[in-house]
Amino acid sequence: MNKKNGNPMLQVEDIHISFGVLKALNGVSLEIHKGEILAIIGPNGAGKTSLVNVINGVYHPSRGHIFFEDKDLTTLSHHHIASLGIARTFQNVALFKGMTVLDNIMVGRNLKMGSNFFAQGIYWGFAQREEIRHRQVVEKVIDWLEIEHIRKTPAGMLPYGLQKRVELGRALAAEPKLLLLDEPMAGMNLEEKEDIARFILDANEELETTIALIEHDMGVVMDISDQVVVLDYGDKIAEGPPEKIRNNEKVIKAYLGTSAKK
Amino acid sequence: MIFAIEVAIGGLLVGVMYSLVALGFVLIYKSSGVFNFAQGDMTLLAALALVGFLTIFPLWLAILAVLVLMIALAIGIEAIVLRPLVARPPLALFMATIGLGFLLQGIGQGIWGTDPKGLNIGISDMPFEVKGLMVSQFDLVGAALSGALVFGLVWFFQKSKTGRALRAVSDDHEAALSVGIPLNKAWAITWAISGVVALVAGIMWGSRLGVQFSLSLIALKALPVLILGGIDSIPGAIIAGLVVGASENLAEVFLGPYVGGGIQTFFPYLLALLVLWFKPYGMFGREIIERV
Amino acid sequence: MIYRECGVFKATYGADMAIFPIPLDRWGIILILIVAFIGMPFLASDYWLSSILIPFLVFSLAALGLNFLTGYAGQLSLGHAAFMAVGAYASLILYGRYEVPLLLSLLGGGLVAAAVGTVFGIPSLRIKGFYLAVSTLAAQFIIEWGLTHWKWISGGVFGTVDTPPMEVFGWLIDTPLKKYYLVLCFVVLLTTFGKNLVRSQVGRAWMAIRDMDVAAEIIGISLFRHKLLAFAVSSFYAGVAGGLITFTYYGAANIEAFNLMVSFHLLGMVIIGGMGSILGSFFGGGFITLLPIFINQFARTFGAVFKTDLLACMELIIFGGLIIFFLIVEPFGLARLWLTLKEKLRLWPFPY
Repeated sequence: MNKKNGNPMLQVEDIHISFGVLKALNGVSLEIHKGEILAIIGPNGAGKTSLVNVINGVYHPSRGHIFFEDKDLTTLSHHHIASLGIARTFQNVALFKGMTVLDNIMVGRNLKMGSNFFAQGIYWGFAQREEIRHRQVVEKVIDWLEIEHIRKTPAGMLPYGLQKRVELGRALAAEPKLLLLDEPMAGMNLEEKEDIARFILDANEELETTIALIEHDMGVVMDISDQVVVLDYGDKIAEGPPEKIRNNEKVIKAYLGTSAKK
Repeated sequence: MIFAIEVAIGGLLVGVMYSLVALGFVLIYKSSGVFNFAQGDMTLLAALALVGFLTIFPLWLAILAVLVLMIALAIGIEAIVLRPLVARPPLALFMATIGLGFLLQGIGQGIWGTDPKGLNIGISDMPFEVKGLMVSQFDLVGAALSGALVFGLVWFFQKSKTGRALRAVSDDHEAALSVGIPLNKAWAITWAISGVVALVAGIMWGSRLGVQFSLSLIALKALPVLILGGIDSIPGAIIAGLVVGASENLAEVFLGPYVGGGIQTFFPYLLALLVLWFKPYGMFGREIIERV
Repeated sequence: MIYRECGVFKATYGADMAIFPIPLDRWGIILILIVAFIGMPFLASDYWLSSILIPFLVFSLAALGLNFLTGYAGQLSLGHAAFMAVGAYASLILYGRYEVPLLLSLLGGGLVAAAVGTVFGIPSLRIKGFYLAVSTLAAQFIIEWGLTHWKWISGGVFGTVDTPPMEVFGWLIDTPLKKYYLVLCFVVLLTTFGKNLVRSQVGRAWMAIRDMDVAAEIIGISLFRHKLLAFAVSSFYAGVAGGLITFTYYGAANIEAFNLMVSFHLLGMVIIGGMGSILGSFFGGGFITLLPIFINQFARTFGAVFKTDLLACMELIIFGGLIIFFLIVEPFGLARLWLTLKEKLRLWPFPY
């Protein structure tokens, strides 16, 4: 399905970044268009998480630019970038283990909440109304992700699959325009993967969120993505719709002919 | 000018003794990953026990007795405090050692009393001259002993098999467990070594200042040494100890009169804070990289 | 006692987010407040009021402040009593020297303490873990030195500044009962404020920073703002507590009353009472305040008269031992034990 309409939402141009002597990204460029699902794949160590970290503002590239809705993100802080409408999940679940599921997702609303600390201390009045308003949005997310039954459970006590789902909820609660998912299905069984895949597709269609996801499971990638970008040792070696990628020789070689053939 | 050098040397010698106390911390941290806030109280306990034993034993036997005591203490601490907390975050262990410190303080003073005692191990405090400078004989002996102990410990950790195993434990004790290193033995050994360090420090400082509660506060002096040098660096503890010793003395003598004196208490902390701002893990500490 | 929750269904989010969502709990707190405000004059002797209740309330307030910083925001602070000292001296100077009204002086003391606390919180933006814990000790020593050596503040190294008689809106506050009410009002108001803070976004941001500050920052929580805010708020509470205890208990501002040992007591209150729990701060405060009294009574019932020295040693042993005990057995302190008890009672008398 061709979703290209107008300027790409995210434009990554010629990004270079190194960690010491290790060159993580070697001139990578890509585009994400509004409303599409882009999968970023590649063998371990290819630079996928580094790419996402650069987009997110966690790292700053030594060379190259990133444009989000025509705004230059390259030198902005990750705080600033988050406020522009980019949210993400993390490879190793970065949930706040001591807080309940509800609180974890409410934290995702942080950038949307305006009341200052003094009003919050007084609570009754302005701050309470705002809390309730945000709670309503969060409850919608909880409903949507079907996790109502665990909303008061401390996140640290949840099984791994549910933790990943809560993390997705936290990112969605920020109502992002662009959602970066770093291996959202790592370590899950088939059922859990299907659930998350469904949620990702729903987020894309119902909530109109543009999604970039890093994923290893080729079946998932082929099924749900519109475009695929393949990285290998810091270089982009292929890009295009899933069917093209599946038969691309360079890609097959990079993976040593493993799950690319399905 | 001569005076300044004398002050500096005096400070350096004291600094070696600070290094020794700091080393006790570093050793425990390097091998069990625990920041032992109770080190100062262990020093006090060792000194109190020594004074107590000296009333019934000759010097060499008293020292031996305290040694046995400290080793027994180490084994006890490992079993009762450390083992139950093995899976917990390091901050919890740190707070447990704070509690341990109070416990040891209470026990030591409960048994041997709180009045200050003198400790005389036969080294006189007469100053003597070295190339025109006055140096305290006591400080010199203290520095020499401490230096020797430091060397021995460094050798032990770097060269011996046990030392290597201990370093592995500090890096990641769950991983060390999985390779078959007996965790409780390793911890017991380190705490015992630390106990020995505490004993020597106790002897040094106890002779110098008298054995009383304020001895445990020496540890508080060693803390800025630790964070200045990095809590997992042996050379860091040595160098930082010298820096702190010298600078605190110099500051007190030369800056003190302008601001009413009493700076030595906080000057090392101020120094450490300044350095930490630029090097958050101390001058030689290992940086902990968090990945998300 | 699951009947506690019978028929309690929340129809609105507001109701669910209330401080005491279960009506029985709400009535419990109202009862406690009634006893505290109205019942005390009849129930409590002057001794109880001035030697037990006032210190209990004040130290619980200070422990509450420390709890914000260490229990909620995860920044270990080993020198918190120093901020109490700042508040004590500041409020005394404001009231005694500049004749600022008492209530404003006490709040002003808190604000000065908050400012100082924020400055000493700056290292937390770069330093973490043990390094940060030890640098908080710097606050203790530097402030102690500053308050005693700066003549403008203390009038000399042996500075002990007596408090002038207290007056609020023309009323003289001279009896233990009146002092108790003054303290009680402050504590109730500030605790409510604090409870509101921790159930709002500020509290959540703090807890996020405690649990994983790298991730918190990436999803948009400003570490700078929230860490400094934690230092500021916690120091404010400590400062107000310091002012209160100086006026209503010690009668004079003396730096010795806020020494390193007091800092450790505060930390102990937080650990034993419960980290990250408002209620826990009060449990901890009560426990530490009552401990010496218990030991004394305990000794007396056995006919033994312990020397003060030995008593002090026993206190140390119990204090230290309990810190270790709670860390091993129940890291969330008495507050969690209390919650567990309530949970067990939910099903009482049908345990299975």
